[in-house]
Amino acid sequence: MLNLNNIEVIYNNVVLVLRGVSLQVKEGSITTLLGANGAGKTTTLKAISGLLRAERGEVTKGSVELAGQRIDGKPAHEIVNQGVVQVFEGRRVFDQLTVEENLIAGAHTQRDMGKVRQRTEAVYSYFPRLRERRSQLAGYLSGGEQQMLVIGRALMSDPKVILLDEPSLGLAPLVVEEIFGRLKRLQQEERLTVLLVEQNANLALGLADHGYVMENGRIVLEGPAASLRDNSDVKEFYLGISEHGARKSYREVKHYRRRKRWLS
Amino acid sequence: MSDTLNFFFLLIGNGVLIGLMYALIALGFVLVYKATDAINFAQGEFVMIAAIVVSAALQAYGAPLWLAILIGLGGMIAFGFGLERSVLRPLLGRPIVAVIMATIGLAAILRGVGPLAFGTGVRNLPLPISEDPIFLGPFFLTPVQLVGAGVSLLFLAAFGWFFMKSRQGIAMRAVANNQQVAMAMGIHVERYFALAWAMAGVVSALGGVIWGSMLGVDVQLALVGLKVFPVVILGGLDSIVGAIVGGLIVGIVENVAAGYIDPYVGGGTKDFAPYALMILALMIRPYGIFGKRTIERV
Repeated sequence: MLNLNNIEVIYNNVVLVLRGVSLQVKEGSITTLLGANGAGKTTTLKAISGLLRAERGEVTKGSVELAGQRIDGKPAHEIVNQGVVQVFEGRRVFDQLTVEENLIAGAHTQRDMGKVRQRTEAVYSYFPRLRERRSQLAGYLSGGEQQMLVIGRALMSDPKVILLDEPSLGLAPLVVEEIFGRLKRLQQEERLTVLLVEQNANLALGLADHGYVMENGRIVLEGPAASLRDNSDVKEFYLGISEHGARKSYREVKHYRRRKRWLS
Repeated sequence: MSDTLNFFFLLIGNGVLIGLMYALIALGFVLVYKATDAINFAQGEFVMIAAIVVSAALQAYGAPLWLAILIGLGGMIAFGFGLERSVLRPLLGRPIVAVIMATIGLAAILRGVGPLAFGTGVRNLPLPISEDPIFLGPFFLTPVQLVGAGVSLLFLAAFGWFFMKSRQGIAMRAVANNQQVAMAMGIHVERYFALAWAMAGVVSALGGVIWGSMLGVDVQLALVGLKVFPVVILGGLDSIVGAIVGGLIVGIVENVAAGYIDPYVGGGTKDFAPYALMILALMIRPYGIFGKRTIERV
């Protein structure tokens, strides 16, 4: 469905952030992209959604393809039109707009008003709490509700692929579980394709079908989610468990990392 | 009823009518600020240019009034689009001061270009409205003010509806709220910026016709724009309702102040009273009566 072929991203004409990232997101699957802060996960998403340009970033090499068509270099609104929508991290609702207005704004690329109403109903049925709050200003929603709203708002454009950036950030585990449950349902019922960026590797690998691990602007590991979860490196660095099942000390981790870099 | 009370109500009545007409011009300012976060110091000059175009079409080219107004509207819409494209889009993402300076420069250019192209003399812009005052019991109101206030109210309501209910209006507010997210939703942000400037052009054209017919058309007409600042500071920079309320307050205050203080000081109260009020408002409520406060969740 979505293919990144060896893309390179440069900010401000000098800062090289992505150094040849390739990844594949299969139709109807949930793919997760893991990595530490600054690894380039968000930049990867922005390279896909065309939002790099607003930040003086540029895809300088490689290509991004959606269902075989190149979409890199297209403006953001055209990419949304073609069915790829990005949800930013940090629950960026339109806080001065009501919940319903947020959804309507999300449906901007829909021409047909009937379709907009139908999508609104669909979003409300996935997130009933939003229906209760439809006429409230989005700025006053709770964190969990805001996360539901930004996901719902992205769904309004009837996307084929949704790029989700850290939906679990700063939310209670129970709320995260609820949201991830809805994502699973969306994948199964609407055949939604999801590219999920997460810090919480445990959660993400539990939900996803396939995973990639990023470091320093490169993909360093990839595989089916189940096998990644069993990978000892992933366990060490992202799940925080050593082979003996106990947490390792920070010092040893550092030591290990040094060796690994040398190897790569 | 006593004469003094009559006088008071007369001042208030006139203030309301004038205030609505201020509100119309302030709306142009608010639309631009709301959508693009740019402060347009050239709003008064927009009004002046529009009035010059309409009166030139009327007199120099002998167009009928409806055509002249249409030319004014069309011209100002094109002007708004062109301005966004040529001046403001390149400044996108620059510090807000850059945009402010650009509009101040623009104001100066317009003040020069207007007379350059159409001559310096005062033109009039006659509307087919009778000059005879309308008497309502002891009060009288001038018809042109009534029409002006009516037109203003109509357009204020229309723009209010557009912003609150239409999909494009919601998209425009979304752009104003968070550009980056709006972009991610597939909203063509630049197009909405251009639309805001074009809408500012529309209200300027209407304001130009109304104010031009009352005050005469020359460079001085741009001074009407100065009243926009107290109006929007009082009402809130980004609120349409605020523009109306602020306009009414400024209209009433300047009329009442002029009515009672002018006889003692020999005039000029009209020009400073709104600003005194503005400074007061800035100290008490800097975001205006209806301005948005940033929502902070705790």
